[in-house]
Amino acid sequence: MAGHVHKYGDHVDTDVIIPARYLNTSDNAELAAHCMEDLDAEFITRVRPGDVIVAGVNFGCGSSREHAPIAIKECGVSCVIAKSFARIFYRNALNIGLPIVECAPLVDETEAGDEVEVDLAAGRARNLTKGTEYSFPPLVGPAAELVAAGGLVALVKARLPAG
Amino acid sequence: MPGMTLTEKLLAHAAGRDGVRPGDFVTAKLSCVLANDMTAPIAIREFRKMGAERVFDRTKIALVADHSTPNKDILSATQTKTMRDFAREQDILHYYETEAGIEHILLPDKGIVLPGDCVIGADSHTCTYGALTAFSTGVGSSDCAAAMATGECWFRVPETLRFVFNGELQPWVGGKDLILFTIGQIGVDGALYRAMEFGGSAIHALEMAGRFTMCNMAIEAGGKNGVMPFDEKTKAYVDARATREYTVFEPDADADYAHVYEWNAGAIEPQVSAPFLPSNARGVSELKDVAIDQAVVGACTNGRIEDLRVAAGILKGRKVAKGVRCIIIPGTHDIHLRATREGLVETFLEAGAMVSTPTCGPCLGGHMGVLAAGERAVATTNRNFVGRMGHPESEVYLASPAVAAASAVCGRICSPEEL
Ligand code: SF4
Repeated sequence: MAGHVHKYGDHVDTDVIIPARYLNTSDNAELAAHCMEDLDAEFITRVRPGDVIVAGVNFGCGSSREHAPIAIKECGVSCVIAKSFARIFYRNALNIGLPIVECAPLVDETEAGDEVEVDLAAGRARNLTKGTEYSFPPLVGPAAELVAAGGLVALVKARLPAG
Repeated sequence: MPGMTLTEKLLAHAAGRDGVRPGDFVTAKLSCVLANDMTAPIAIREFRKMGAERVFDRTKIALVADHSTPNKDILSATQTKTMRDFAREQDILHYYETEAGIEHILLPDKGIVLPGDCVIGADSHTCTYGALTAFSTGVGSSDCAAAMATGECWFRVPETLRFVFNGELQPWVGGKDLILFTIGQIGVDGALYRAMEFGGSAIHALEMAGRFTMCNMAIEAGGKNGVMPFDEKTKAYVDARATREYTVFEPDADADYAHVYEWNAGAIEPQVSAPFLPSNARGVSELKDVAIDQAVVGACTNGRIEDLRVAAGILKGRKVAKGVRCIIIPGTHDIHLRATREGLVETFLEAGAMVSTPTCGPCLGGHMGVLAAGERAVATTNRNFVGRMGHPESEVYLASPAVAAASAVCGRICSPEEL
């Protein structure tokens, strides 16, 4: 997957990713329409399918709202690359199949608008604009199982006795 | 094998293992799974997608309508109805919508969570129950759905940070001030992926209300969970409510901590966290010229009876400053009733404050006190992110009930000492 970068700083919280005033719905498209609204009102008009969000430390901190990764995924973002993620966001993203990568050097050396290509299976990301390449460690344990199964719904479905 | 921290013991217990080390992956059996009117609808949708038909145990699930209730608009009413219908279909024992309140005050008060339990909730402040010497943490709706179906959840055992507070607290300083101070010291990701274990004489001196407040805000430091030691105060609180057996754990003397912070609690003045991060904490004296439009006492941090008593003690015989909206929100129906019987509600009304039915309401910018652009509030809530209480250009200052009530009287941020 490859796409253009939207870049943000540290501690991007779930309240700015999807403000609570829109949480009276669980409709994915409606959530996507307000993605990043309080941080970057233009985001939703700029974002194109395949784009990548690049951010600093503690991305997705704050509330447990799964509406946040849903909104990001639904508006076409193919991957979020950050220096670190808040743990509930991290789990939520894996559960719903939004690819996320921790890779601090890429974050430091990448600017808004750069084109970035991510190969999750190989653990490699490239900044095509700058011609730089980075590697990141593969997922382990239950996180890896989740991704291999295609998300939590698929994983649980396979494990539950057929009703 | 070295000793275990409190969180390691709790997770080992829930996973049915003799011992665990940080970094281990465990599958834990859950004592309770929680969701609310905002997160349950997605969890229910995912539960169905998983092909699940029945919840794993109707007595171990808690569904609480609190975020937008009494329902603020048609969409919210529809969300609550989705949860209510599911609760009826599954015959959920702990469904709360009337005579209810904010989930994290309600569950301990009803004796639903007990020491030694392992709890997850589709709400980030589920970490509150660590005050009962339980393991509890927030998850998203999908994890919640899986847990409702299977009764289990996987965890990576976190490293533990220990926070020791000794010394005698200054007047007007309580749990809220200690946790704001802590987050100010370590930052909003200072405990990322880690457990926060509290201890020291100042912690044992706190009433349960203050301990809940502290564990509640572990997530504001990025923590996986917060946990308090079990003592006679925990026992008295729990024994008045428990209807089943519980297990008491304590950390080993040779437990292995990633870091131990030791602070003199006696040197800490009342704290206020300025926008837009809970870690912008400083002494109230440094912020006392900040004028306010609204003061809120409530939320899962500080909507307990002890908090209302402190606020009423300050507002008694005084008046809320002209032009300031002072909103008091008892955390649960039972607390509302108690506050009424104790005369606190009358005190609030006489002072010119408004008293709301229990709800999260303004804490997340939902209803009952939403801010316009340029408005500023001091609130006993736990988050002051951009737009948290309303417009992205509004501001929230986090503080204790004492500072919030005193500020309501002064019309600016102030310490109760100034009155
Ligand atoms: S009071 Fe605020 S922080 Fe607590 S559960 Fe409600 S919305 Fe969340």
